[in-house]
Amino acid sequence: MNQSLVSCGSTSTIRQRGQHEVFCGLTSIIWLHRKVQDAFFLVVGSRTCAHLIQSAAGVMIFSEPRFATAIMEERDLAGMVDMHDELDREVARLLERRPDIRMLVLVGSCPSEVIKFDLKRAAERLDRKYGAGPRVLCYSGSGIETTFTQGEDNFLAAVVQDQPRNGATGKVAKLVVAGAVADVVEDQITRLLAEMGVDDVVFLPGRNSDRLPRIGAGSRYILAQPYLGSTAAALEGLGATRINAIFPLGEEGTTAWLKAIADSFGVSPARFATVTEAPRRRALEATAHYRRLIEGKRIFLFPDSQLEPSLARYLSRELCADIIEVGSPYLHREHVAGELAMLPPGVSISEGQDVEVQIDRCRAAAPDLVVCGMGLANPFEAEGIVTKWSIEFAFTPIHGYEQAGDLAELFARPLMRKALIADGQASSRRRIAP
Amino acid sequence: MKLTMWTYEGPPHVGAMRIAASMQGVHYVLHSPQGDTYADLLFTMIERRASRPPVTYTTFQARDLSGSTADVFKTACRDAVQRFRPDALLVGASCTAELLQDDPAGLARTLNVGVPVVPLELPSYQKKENWGASETFYRLVRNFAGGCERPQHVAPNSCNILGPSALGFRNRDDVTEITRLLAANGIDVRVVAPLGATVEDLARLPEAAFNIVLYPEIGDAAARFLKKTFGMPFVSTVPIGVGATRIFLAEVRALAGLSNDVLAGEDEDRATWYSRSVDSNYLTNKRVFIFGDATHAIAAARIAARELGFKVCGLGTYMREFAREVREAAEEFGVEALISDDHLDVEAAIVEARPELVLGTQMERHIAKRLRVPCAVISAPVHVQDFPARYSPQMGFEGANVIFDSWVHPLMMGLEEHLLQMFRDDFEFNDRAQASHLHAHAPAAVAATAEDAFDSEPLLSADQPPADLSWTPDAERELKKIPFFVRGKARRNTELFAARKGIRPITVETLYDAKAHFAR
Repeated sequence: MNQSLVSCGSTSTIRQRGQHEVFCGLTSIIWLHRKVQDAFFLVVGSRTCAHLIQSAAGVMIFSEPRFATAIMEERDLAGMVDMHDELDREVARLLERRPDIRMLVLVGSCPSEVIKFDLKRAAERLDRKYGAGPRVLCYSGSGIETTFTQGEDNFLAAVVQDQPRNGATGKVAKLVVAGAVADVVEDQITRLLAEMGVDDVVFLPGRNSDRLPRIGAGSRYILAQPYLGSTAAALEGLGATRINAIFPLGEEGTTAWLKAIADSFGVSPARFATVTEAPRRRALEATAHYRRLIEGKRIFLFPDSQLEPSLARYLSRELCADIIEVGSPYLHREHVAGELAMLPPGVSISEGQDVEVQIDRCRAAAPDLVVCGMGLANPFEAEGIVTKWSIEFAFTPIHGYEQAGDLAELFARPLMRKALIADGQASSRRRIAP
Repeated sequence: MKLTMWTYEGPPHVGAMRIAASMQGVHYVLHSPQGDTYADLLFTMIERRASRPPVTYTTFQARDLSGSTADVFKTACRDAVQRFRPDALLVGASCTAELLQDDPAGLARTLNVGVPVVPLELPSYQKKENWGASETFYRLVRNFAGGCERPQHVAPNSCNILGPSALGFRNRDDVTEITRLLAANGIDVRVVAPLGATVEDLARLPEAAFNIVLYPEIGDAAARFLKKTFGMPFVSTVPIGVGATRIFLAEVRALAGLSNDVLAGEDEDRATWYSRSVDSNYLTNKRVFIFGDATHAIAAARIAARELGFKVCGLGTYMREFAREVREAAEEFGVEALISDDHLDVEAAIVEARPELVLGTQMERHIAKRLRVPCAVISAPVHVQDFPARYSPQMGFEGANVIFDSWVHPLMMGLEEHLLQMFRDDFEFNDRAQASHLHAHAPAAVAATAEDAFDSEPLLSADQPPADLSWTPDAERELKKIPFFVRGKARRNTELFAARKGIRPITVETLYDAKAHFAR
């Protein structure tokens, strides 16, 4: 199952097959339904799917969330009823309850994929049926096809592919920034680019489903997130061209990312320097607060979101950490080539997972900090291994200059906490036993 | 298909996982797609376990479907046995694997893994979490106790405790409390299962005189099996509440052949005195809506009505399996039982019942928050805050003490309530500033948006009075003088009264006529 460890100086990586301790793509609904404010995500799946989203969303389940599950029942599977009729009925019920919905997204799951329920046909039919009502799209968030953030990739690809059909009008977008980022990040990027004279920037996804950009030949796009393989393909299918860059994490990442845009739009180096000077200085200053805590620390990253190569590059180059292994559920060679090239030699790269074997490797390496999912974090802590739970990177504003320090703090906090609590215990011991 | 925004129970394989995670030496190989490992975090995060649950997932992906997923399963089985060396192996399928029909049971048999294999058939598209847990526990008991001999001489005061499990609401402390109470009563607790038990412990189940089922939704099937096979009687009175604890102890003592006059632990009961003390007078007939699993809902209703003097205005459960028991209990309190796993139905029923306190699950907490009604959690599903660090049983006498505190806590205190009725225009201490501990952040601003949620017409009410019932401005003003937590009820009663008598518009007199007519 596991090939021998290979350093990242060469192009080969550890390919793993075995138990994957990861989320499925449905989980991306948790942030997508907040980002796109007039969209509703309807999972066609089982009780497990409903339970997953609600468990992962934790306390964030409102009495009126913008997602739900159409749970398949025995009679659906036994063919006693027509599943398309059933779905139509449930969608009608839903839209009656939520007339404010402008985009209905049907999300495929493992059970619906396995029985080969034709979600695409259902979406097209419903889209026709509701005419001027909500647009109806579909994508797969199933575990058999997607891992965690790949759900967003499939969603954005569906949105892009839907664009020509819905005949978006107006001028063709000059620059599309693809990948959901926090609203505050979106605003900062918009401001910086405007100061460079690059305006007309549109974000994918937008905060609103009907304000989608028109994309065509002449559009350029840049990825803000590393997990957007299908979205990139869909954008290129419409004639857009990619601006190649590493991802905007940390001062270095953000500068390189903005520089790629600036170069592509012919912004003069002087102007670029003027616009970015102050925020670069701030980012470096904020990061420096945490460097002493992370410098020289040995860090092991388990696969989760595909952000791992970028996080490892940031940790290694800006916080001077020592990276042991970078796990990623999937590596899009072309998109992360820049990130991998910046990692120091000796770092192991792994793609996929055999969790037991990877845990063995991790224990053997005795890292100072493990970046992993919530299923592993507390068990590692109980063994005395400090962890940073990785799902936070999907839920926290981490991109761009102003967030560089926050990103560093996410890694530093568990280490600070360990030191604080150890001190506390030591001092209380002293007090009890003079 | 069924539209579901929130589910009270997970799929049945999560129930099976709870049994595996409760026990020691039991490993579960679950044939499931990538992503189903999310269930691990129920244990590692919500219950804050220090170890990974003993579950190996096959986590097959789309590309495996073209090959042999059965081989993936077999490899996972072999690896799991080799790595974890369990005493018993549970094998089963999740909802997606159920569709593939790889037959984990048959496959595991052909593998000869060298440890006992207990196959699970859990129909994911029909059944749910608690059923899955109950079925899994039953299968394990059947497998490991079924073939055992019952000893010739069994000590009459020996018993087993069945039902407590991982992710169960306060099960950890309930077991401690009840075991302590039983010991103080001279009862010898032999095996507690599934929580903490090994398969050897299950084989020792027939060595006790009788069984105690603390959580019928999980332990009932196993207890019935033990009764049928070994003639072991069982007690299934759930000792939640002072009254129920007394009955429980009496029953247990009777089964153990002990006299019925010593009930150790009663001196720890503070709830009875607290509830009798004059401070609790204002709790009389507070309207309370109760929803949860069958066991906790029924127990809560009895405590509410008989021990705290509340008025039960709604009672329900999401467990169809125990609908009959809940219906019977509801009849006792003159309400109609709500049997539903649709949280929108529950919300509608709460709006309709206009309670002053909601006792429910995590979901009712959300509903109550939206409706701005005080709420306490009495049953799973619960979130991380209901797996507290401190000792917090629900059962036994200490459990009753915990319940008194946690149910009364969200209510506004008596003096506060009186002052609000007397002086309505205090700028800090007014109508919309609810109990201080409930709304730490800008209460007035938040409350203003909800604008007395109960005062405005309910969105989902079934029997609304005719819409043309208008109120005179004076009557509206007078209505506002009624404390907010009963104002909704007053509005509705007045409107029903006016509709019945054909009065319109509603005047101040109508309001007081209705008040006199219904009394409180």
